[in-house]
Parts: sequence; C-alpha cells; structure tokens
Amino acid sequence: MNTTPTVPAPPAEPAGPPPSAKGTATRPGDKIFLGLSRGSGILLLTLMAAIAAFLTYRAYIAISENEANFLTSFEWNPQGEPVEFGIAILVYGTIVSSIIAMVIAVPIAVGIALFVSHYAPRRLAAPLAYVIDLLAAVPSIVYGLWGALVLVPYLGGMNKWLDQYLGWTYIFDKTGTGPARNLFTVGILLAVMILPVITNVTREVFLQSPKMHEEAALALGATRWEVIRMSVLPFGRSGIISASMLGLGRALGETMAVATVLSPSFLFSGHLLDPGGGTFAQNIAAKFNEADEFGRDALIASGLVLFVMTLLVNGAARLIIARRKEYSGANA
Amino acid sequence: MDRQPATDTPAPGTLAHRRMPRWAPAGLALASAALGSGLGLAAGWHSKVQWGLLAAIFFVLGTYAITTAVEGKRQAKDRIATSIVWVCFALAVVPLASLTWTTVARGVKVLDGYFLSHSMAGLNQMVPGGGIYHAIIGTLEQVAFATLMAVPVGLLTAIYLVEYGKGRLAKAVTFFVDVMTGIPSIVAGLFILSTWVLTFGMGPSGFAGSLALTILMMPIVVRSTEEMLKLVPNELREASLALGVPKWRTILKVVLPTAIGGITTGVMLAVARIAGETAPVMLLVLGSSFINNDPFSDEQASLPLYVYQEYMLGTPYSYDRAWGAALTLIMFVMILNLVARAIARWKAPKTGR
Repeated sequence: MNTTPTVPAPPAEPAGPPPSAKGTATRPGDKIFLGLSRGSGILLLTLMAAIAAFLTYRAYIAISENEANFLTSFEWNPQGEPVEFGIAILVYGTIVSSIIAMVIAVPIAVGIALFVSHYAPRRLAAPLAYVIDLLAAVPSIVYGLWGALVLVPYLGGMNKWLDQYLGWTYIFDKTGTGPARNLFTVGILLAVMILPVITNVTREVFLQSPKMHEEAALALGATRWEVIRMSVLPFGRSGIISASMLGLGRALGETMAVATVLSPSFLFSGHLLDPGGGTFAQNIAAKFNEADEFGRDALIASGLVLFVMTLLVNGAARLIIARRKEYSGANA
Repeated sequence: MDRQPATDTPAPGTLAHRRMPRWAPAGLALASAALGSGLGLAAGWHSKVQWGLLAAIFFVLGTYAITTAVEGKRQAKDRIATSIVWVCFALAVVPLASLTWTTVARGVKVLDGYFLSHSMAGLNQMVPGGGIYHAIIGTLEQVAFATLMAVPVGLLTAIYLVEYGKGRLAKAVTFFVDVMTGIPSIVAGLFILSTWVLTFGMGPSGFAGSLALTILMMPIVVRSTEEMLKLVPNELREASLALGVPKWRTILKVVLPTAIGGITTGVMLAVARIAGETAPVMLLVLGSSFINNDPFSDEQASLPLYVYQEYMLGTPYSYDRAWGAALTLIMFVMILNLVARAIARWKAPKTGR
C-alpha cells in the first residue's frame, strides 16, 4: 500500500522526538491537550495538598479547645464538660493490631508466593494466582462480617488455650471470659485480609527473578531450597519489603473489619486477649454517629494522625526500595 | 553447606544417596494429621484450629527428623522448606475457603427475586423479609458518579505522565499518586466531610459519597493506565508522528486504542474496588431504609453500608439480610473482576509483544 514511500522518510527526519516536542507549541489541538493532561496532574497534586490542609485546619479547631494532651490522653470525650480527648489508646491499638497482622501475614504470604512461583505443579499455579487475585478484591466489610460471626466464636477456644499455657507472658493473660472481640482477633483478621495483597506483589517479584541465576545454582548441585535462598530471595527482598509495606498501609487504615470485630474501650490494657482498645479508623466509625460538629472535628484530628502515619509508611517503603535497588546484585 | 562425599558413585539409574519414597510427604501429612487430631481429641480441645496447628508442627518436625536420618542434612533442609511452604499454603486456604463458603451458604438462604427488588421501608430488625433494592440503587449511582469523575482525570494524568511528563512536575505527580494509593478510605471520607459537609455546609447525599470514592479511585486508574500506556510500542507513535499526525491525535487515535483493553480492565478493577468501600459512605451518605433515586439530596443506602448496618442490629433476621447483601456484593465484585480479566486476556495480543 502507501506505506512503502514512507519507509525511506524517517532518515530525512532523524531526530524524531525533539521536533515534535517543539511542534506541540504550534498546534492549538496539542496545546489544549497538553493543558488538559497537565491540568489533571496538577489537580491531583492540589487534591493531596487540600487533603492535608483541610484535615489540619479542622484538626486545629478541635485541638485548640482540647484540655487534655492530644497525644498522651487516654480519654475520648470531645463533647464532655471538660473537653478531653487523646489518641494514646488508638495509637497503641493500631500499632499492636498491625504488628500482629504483619507477624502472621508476611511469612505466610512469602510462603504462598514461593508455593505459587516455585513449588506448585504448573497446572495448579496459574489458577491459584488467579484465585488469590480475586481474593484481594473481596470487600473489607465482607471480611468484617465473617470475622465477627465466624472467626470470633472460632477463636474462643484458642484464646482459652493461649491463656492457659502462655498466660504467664502477661500479654496472653486473659482476665475475663468474654468472646474473643480483642486486638488479637483483629490482628488475625487483618492478617487474613492483607495476605492476598502481599502474596500478589511478592509472587510477581519472585517470578521475575533471573532464570540464569536459578539455573546456575541448580547446575552447581543446589537443592531447590538452596536455589531459593541464594537466588530468589535476595532478588526479591525489596519486593517483599514493598509488598509488606503495602499490606501494612492497608492494615493501619482498615475500618470496617475492625469496627465489626472489636468491642472497643478507652481503658488501657496490655492483655491482648481482653476485649477493649481501639484503632484510629475503628474509633472514627464507632464515634461518628453520636458526634456533633465539634466531635467530628476531634475525629478528623485523629484521622489526620492516621493520614500522616500512612504517608510515613509509604515513604519509608519507597526509600527502602530505592536503596535496595542499588545494592541488589541481581539486576543483571 | 556440608559436602556429601558419598555422592561420588555415579551408578547409572540409581542415585548415590538413599532417597525417600515418593509417597513419603503424603504419608507423613496423613500421619501427622491423624496424630494432631488424635492428641487434640485426647486433650479435649474443642477448637479444630489447634488440631490443625499441632498437625502442622508434627508434619514439619517429622519431615525434618526422618529426612535427616535417611537423606542427609541438606536434603532435610530442602524438605523442611518444601513442607513449610505447603503448610503456609494450607494455613492460608482455610480462612479464605471458610469466608467464601460461609458467605455463599448463608447468603443463598435469603437471596432471591424478592430480596433484590424490595427496600427495607417499614421493617425493623425483629421481622424477616425486606431487601436490598434501595442499597443496589445507591451503590450503582454513587459508583457511577465516582467513575464519571475519576476516569477522565485519571486517564489524562496517566497520559501526561507517559506521553509528556519528564520534569519535576511529573516526578511529583508520580510520587503523590503512589502516596494517594495508600490513603485509607476513611481518611478520604474525612476529607470530604471536612470540606463538603463541615466547611461548605452541604448535607449528606450520595454525591458526597461519590466525591470520596473519586479520591480513592483516581490513583488506581492512573496507575493501571500508566502501565498499559507504557506497553504501547514506541514504533506506533513514531510511525504516526512521521506521517505528520499531531501528537494529540496520535495519542487519541493510536496510543489509546492500542491500550484500550488494558485500560478498560484497570477501570473495571477500580470500580470493583470502590464498590466495596464502606467507610466513606458511612460518613457521607449515612444510609437509609428507603428508596432514594436522587443522589444529590438526602441520605441514600449503599450495599456495603447495608451489610454493616444490618450486622450492627444484631438479630438473626438482620444477620441473614447482612449475609444476603454480602453475597450480592461479592458476586457483583467478582463478576466485574472476571469480565475485566477476560477483556484483558482477549485484548492482550494487541500490545504487539
């Protein structure tokens, strides 16, 4: 067709991209389109700035009225006579439940990712990956419903067992006999929820590990585990870390699953198996309905802290990945 | 690692070392399962979770001990790694299978035509019946408006990043899109609450929920579209530009059509993701028992919020309704996912790899 005359044409204009970049300024269509697309980019940035600004503004309104220390107080009483509210319990609950979730989920997720990428029979691996993908899409409220109505009664026995044999560790000492609506159960439920997320990302990274390294290790007589330890895991380390951070971000901000499972309180207790405690997101969900405008501002103040926490986690993840990339010798 | 000097006997057909029979892992798994449940039964533990954990421990330890005795230390380590990986897999399957099974089993009890076509008007938690029609209407409207707002912005931003962006602005946008992906949904809800409701004085409405969902949806759309646009071969762009086609027409007529399959998939996955968001809807739409077709005024219901509210009522009837709505929600999300992935597979060869 007409394509043959155009084939010799490129040599006539060897520097393709630079002229087109200059050309964009001359065509009105290009100008409009560039303006639109750059505008949406700027809109996103503005939005982020607006989120930070508005949350800070409303939080300032609330905190300036607060008679207790916002960071260290164990009260949540923004509508009370002395206006007192603080996030100490929420910080504690959020961090503890996320740590439990990470401790359980990360090793298991790495195991599943290895299972899918290196151990499972090939015919099983593809459907498995597919199913894990789908599980990552299950809405959190469904996990919450399942956690409250199935997991909580189920973990009752395990709680008793932990109390009986590990009660001497203090953290596993259960002082009451209520249902397992505690931070420990929340941690387990969060682990179940973030498992597919971490597994997905980790599996992707494991699948990209250099085949040559693996084959070289095999040729030297390494067992499958040695291959994984020497070539797959070092290559995937930054991937595992970033996946874990993604999971952590999700665990920190999870609302509904915690709100359905936990029976919250503002009394501090180091016993993980006792009901009580709370997380940022759960507290917002639980206190929102009874809050007047000032109460909402107080909740927004706690939301701002959650926002900053997730920003820090994401930023840290990005830093770690950037640094690991330089040191990882497996890029070849 | 320890050298195994015995491996220097290359007898054809046989391996130098003694090997475990092929059925050994399966046999060990059976034996440890039996041992675990036997001991659990003997000790009178009611929770089957503990039986399983005990069996898993027996399996791993048993494998290690026996393999060390038969095959040597390195092989034992390999076996133990294999068994740990299998145990991880089994551990993860149990809750996820239980979740799926419970939702389906308890959801189908109430899920029927009546449930899908009636609202909760005039019903309380003490009576059976009622349905989720109002919630479906609410969710569809809120998600539709969010999609209408998020997709153009997301697409244009992705185009900017891939086709134009080089400088500091593009770097900043990339970074903040990453950061935005990590915003908890409740924070997005609080942001709209602090602006739309508290500062501008608007009341609760489906549209307010859509605004929060938009914030959650935009970064997902940007990310997936960006990935897809990067897959479009540069030769296509160059060919079009060489023919004298303006850049914006090249993008609209060449780049986007090439990547449209992947972009559609990304958008559908994003829709599936936000359709299940409860927290922002709870703060901004508040929920309702009645049918409200107008997303711009007054409270609306929503499917995920309906699940939560029925759960909180705490009667057997409301639990049934919660499970029914949860099943509907999961099916909606899963169908979106499956169709999206089918489109991705169907359109995949077009990327010209």
